[in-house]
Amino acid sequence: MRIAIIDESTTRASIIEEGLAQLPDSEIFILTERPGLISRLEAFAPDVVLIDLGNPSRDVLEEYFAVSRALARPIAMFVDEADDEAIAASIDAGVSAYVVDGLAVHRIRPLLDLAIKRFNAFARLQADLAAAEGKLAERETIDRAKRILMDGKKLSEPEAYAELRRKAMSSSRRIAEIAEAVVTAHDLLGDGT
Amino acid sequence: MTEQLTIGFLPLADACLPILAHEHGFAEEEGLALSFQRDVSWATVLDRLLYGHTDMAHLIAPLAIAATLGRGRPAQPLAVPFVLGLNGNGITMSTVLAGRIAQWGTFEDPRLLGAALAREVAERKRAGAKLRFGVVHRYSSHNYMLRYWLAACGIRPDEDVEIVTVAPPFVADAYANGEIDGACVGEPWNSLAVERNVARIVLATAQIWRRGVEKVLAVRRPVLDARRPAFEALIRAMRKAGRHFVDPENWDANAAILARPEYIGGDPALIRRAISDRLVLQSGGDAVHFPDFMFQYSEAANFPWVSQALWLYSQMTRWDRSPFSPEEAAAAAAVFRPDVYRSAMYDTDDPLPGASSKVEGSLAQLTSVGTQQGSITLSPNTFFDGDSFDPEKVEEYLARLP
Repeated sequence: MRIAIIDESTTRASIIEEGLAQLPDSEIFILTERPGLISRLEAFAPDVVLIDLGNPSRDVLEEYFAVSRALARPIAMFVDEADDEAIAASIDAGVSAYVVDGLAVHRIRPLLDLAIKRFNAFARLQADLAAAEGKLAERETIDRAKRILMDGKKLSEPEAYAELRRKAMSSSRRIAEIAEAVVTAHDLLGDGT
Repeated sequence: MTEQLTIGFLPLADACLPILAHEHGFAEEEGLALSFQRDVSWATVLDRLLYGHTDMAHLIAPLAIAATLGRGRPAQPLAVPFVLGLNGNGITMSTVLAGRIAQWGTFEDPRLLGAALAREVAERKRAGAKLRFGVVHRYSSHNYMLRYWLAACGIRPDEDVEIVTVAPPFVADAYANGEIDGACVGEPWNSLAVERNVARIVLATAQIWRRGVEKVLAVRRPVLDARRPAFEALIRAMRKAGRHFVDPENWDANAAILARPEYIGGDPALIRRAISDRLVLQSGGDAVHFPDFMFQYSEAANFPWVSQALWLYSQMTRWDRSPFSPEEAAAAAAVFRPDVYRSAMYDTDDPLPGASSKVEGSLAQLTSVGTQQGSITLSPNTFFDGDSFDPEKVEEYLARLP
């Protein structure tokens, strides 16, 4: 089976490729760039095309599938009405599959399942990364707020942190939010240092 | 109680009404909380609508009909209770092609430009080459408007030129890479191509059909039935947004909102051009005022006329080369839902037409029309070639088209 993966994210494309490599008798081809996409796809002559939902080339691709006479067998979006759940899961994961006419559903299903797993894994990875970055930014804001309190109210570092925590508990908000408010107020009202 | 509705959209100026209904609190006034799902391809906007990621979509009108008829994928009935606007698209040509056949500094005469283009096409043909035009989707009004104009000027769209799909945000790139010689796309993407000095605006689609149906609000039919009051509330909120949108007082503020990265993104000055009907046609040129370049509010512009759906179906059979079918025509007509629009606006001070269908392109002058409430005077709505479309006689119409 010849599988083309179209994804502008090279990282995600390779994560999916790695996942699909376990399928027997498969050849995988990755396309990450928009210019020349169609001609390179045509040269590869895929049986299956996986493309991420956020890809700006989707309409171009569908048009190519609709009109191309270069393809020996027409290729269409995989919309198996008997297997609507799998399609919904793939849309949820952010991937859409196109398959050549006549390719058996039992061959597509495991491939789609793997692709969905890999897309979801990538999304989790991204979410973790974003959360880690958010935590880091929060840490910095809390440090700045502590510094403002230490300088302004002549507090020690533990006292400054205790102050933030007290305020957070009494207003049932997170320490990071209180710290953000302190920093904002300081920027607006203070000397801006 | 506040009801949540999520709308999918593409970054285009005519996604303005739901965005402004949200930003100016009109949706909230109607008890709605709107959220937005921005995408970059119509295929994805449609997928998200069909699989329930969104409750409704900003959609190219012919695609709502194509999805209902099952063209290109299994049929799923969609409903259009509101037209998001009329026209608002431009036809651009590469600076090279425009330099050969277009005037400087004005919107062209569509007949004269068409004749010059036909000569150019013939000349290329002798040299064994074809001009290539970009449109945003096979099932878009852009495709149908461009083809209508070409065919009426004696250029066969599928034989004499090549028409390809280009995603709106990449039209300027496609010109820069020499991939296309012309394009029909919505704003602000024509203006961006002008700004980058790779293309010139030569026509507004409003010159091809003065009152051409453009984007629609599309909903899955079962979802519309299940949540009818919420969608009617949204229709009222978007009418209020429309009144705000067309008021010159608000152009700057609205351009700034639409230019935010979560909506269209980009330069508010470019977005302001379309919403003020003042387009810069070529790099370094002055803005040219083209009244009703975009038409989002007046004359019951958002009313989903059944005749508009039928005109789109007529063009679908014409260019898909599929036979006219009375059953399909009925299914296409049923996509547009004037009954929902009426029920939403009934008993407001908003005018409502008396009829739900009209002969498109038949008005050459201001005409008062019968109404259910209020009064409506329709401006000329002609096609540039002088033809008109009688929704009762679709087959006759198809038979006489070139």
